[in-house]
Amino acid sequence: MIETLQNLNFAPFILSFKLAAITTLILFVISLPLAWYLSQTSSRAKPFIEAITAMPIVLPPSVIGFYILYSLSLNSPIGAFFDEYLGVTLVFNFTGLVIASCFYSLPFMVQPIQSGFESLNKNMLEASYISGKSKLQTIFRVALPNIKPSLLTAIIVTFAHTVGEFGVVLMVGGSIPDETKVASVAIYEMVEIMDYESAHIYSAIMIIMSFLVLLSVYIFNQKINKKFASFT
Amino acid sequence: MIEIDICKKLLGAKGEMHLDVDFNIKEKDVVALTGESGAGKTTLLRILAGLEKANGIIKVDDEIWLDNKFSLPPQKRRIGFVFQEYALFTNMSVEENLLFVNNDKEFSKKLLKMTNLYELKNISVTKLSGGQKQRVSLCRAMMNRPKLLLMDEPLSALDPNMRTNLQQEILTLHKEFGTTTILVSHDISEIYKLSNRVIKLHFGKIVADGTPKDVLLQMSGNEKFSFSVEFLEINRVDMTYIAVVVVGGQLVEVVVNEREAKELKVGDMMSIKVKKNHY
Repeated sequence: MIETLQNLNFAPFILSFKLAAITTLILFVISLPLAWYLSQTSSRAKPFIEAITAMPIVLPPSVIGFYILYSLSLNSPIGAFFDEYLGVTLVFNFTGLVIASCFYSLPFMVQPIQSGFESLNKNMLEASYISGKSKLQTIFRVALPNIKPSLLTAIIVTFAHTVGEFGVVLMVGGSIPDETKVASVAIYEMVEIMDYESAHIYSAIMIIMSFLVLLSVYIFNQKINKKFASFT
Repeated sequence: MIEIDICKKLLGAKGEMHLDVDFNIKEKDVVALTGESGAGKTTLLRILAGLEKANGIIKVDDEIWLDNKFSLPPQKRRIGFVFQEYALFTNMSVEENLLFVNNDKEFSKKLLKMTNLYELKNISVTKLSGGQKQRVSLCRAMMNRPKLLLMDEPLSALDPNMRTNLQQEILTLHKEFGTTTILVSHDISEIYKLSNRVIKLHFGKIVADGTPKDVLLQMSGNEKFSFSVEFLEINRVDMTYIAVVVVGGQLVEVVVNEREAKELKVGDMMSIKVKKNHY
C-alpha cells in the first residue's frame, strides 16, 4: 500500500486539472457575452440557441466525442485546414481535449451565469443606462458584481465537470501518457488491467477533492446569501 | 420647455390600447401624472427616459430626443429616474451609488447632507430602510443635474410618516435645483403638495389637464364654498365619527359617516364643501 502510494504517478491528475483550468478560463470568456445576450433578448432565436447550448447535458458523451473526432480529424475540412495552414493537429492531443471539453462543459458555464443575469433587477440595469453608462460599463460595474454567487457556481461546476469527464476525452484524446491520459481515463485503465489498489487510491483522491471543492462552494454561497438576505 | 407628442400601441389587461398624448411642459414645472393603473403612466415615463420605443416627437429645449427617424439613447438624455422599488446598485455603498453617476464628490456631499444621509455614506445600500433607500435613489437621480426628473410612484412603498418626510425632501430639492419633474402618483395629498399641474390619463388619452385643484376637486354648481383639508385622526363619539382635519394651520372637527371613517387614512386630503340649505 505504502509502496504503491510512493510510486503513484500524479501526471494524470495534473493533466486533469490543467485541462479543467484552461477549459474553465476559455468558457468563462465565451460564456459571459453569450449568457448576457440570452438573458436580455426576447428574440425568436433564443430558444434555439438555448437548446443547442444545453445539448451536451442530454447527449451521450460518445455522441459528442464521435462528432468532434469526426469534424476535427485530418479527413474533415476543419482538421485538414488546421493541419495544412497552421500545422496544428486537433485530435489525439491536448489541444483536441481542450476543444472537446469546451463543447462538453459549455452549458455548465452558460446556464448559471444566464440565470444570474436574469435574476437581476431590470430597473437597476436601466438606472445604470440612464446614469449615462454604456452596456459594457453596466455589465462590468453593476451586473457582474451583483451575481458573484452565480459566477462562482459556474466556474466551480464547469471545472469539476471537466475534471469528471470521461467518454469525450477517451474518444477525442485516447490515452497518451502526459498528453491525453487524464485521471478518469487512468482509473478506467487500472480497472481494466485489474490493478484495483491503484484504482482505489486514484478514485479516493477524486472523491475527496470533489467533495472539498463542492463543500467550499456551498459554504461560500451560504455566506453570500446571508449577506444579501437583508436586501429586498 | 419640453414638447411631447407620442403614440404607442400597448397591450394592456383590457386588450389593445393606444397611448396617444400631446402636451408641453414648462421649465421648472412639477407635473403629476395620475389615472387608474394600466392607463399608460409608467409607459409614458419609460418612453420619455428612452427605455421604450414609440412613434412621435420629444423635444427638450432645442434638443430632439425622439422623432420619426431618431431616438436619443437613454445614456445621452440627461434624465433622473426614481423607480418605485429604488433600483439602487446593490453592490455599492450609499456614496458610491451617487458617484457612479457622476464622480463629483462635492455635489454628492451636498445632496447627502440635504437629505440627512451623509452619516450613512459608507454603508451598503442593502442595509438601509425603505425610506432611506428612496432618498438615496432621489439623490442619485439628481447627480447628473438632470433636465428632466421622472418619478414613478416614488413613495407608494413607504409608510405615511416616511412619505411626509420624503415629500418635504422632494420639495426642498426642487426648490434648490428647479428641475422640471414628472411624477406618477395616485396619492391626492402628494399631488397637492408637490405638483403645480396635474395630467390625468385614461386608456392612454389625456382626460384632464390643469391645476391640482381644478382636476382633483370636481366641484358642482350648488356649493357655496369648498376647501381642501388634510385628515389627521378620527374619534368615535357615541354613534358618530368625528374627524380631526387641518385647514390653513387650524384644526377643525368634522362629522363623517361610518364608511368614510373606515376609508380615511392619515395624511389624506379631502375637500370639505358647504351646500345650500333650503328651509
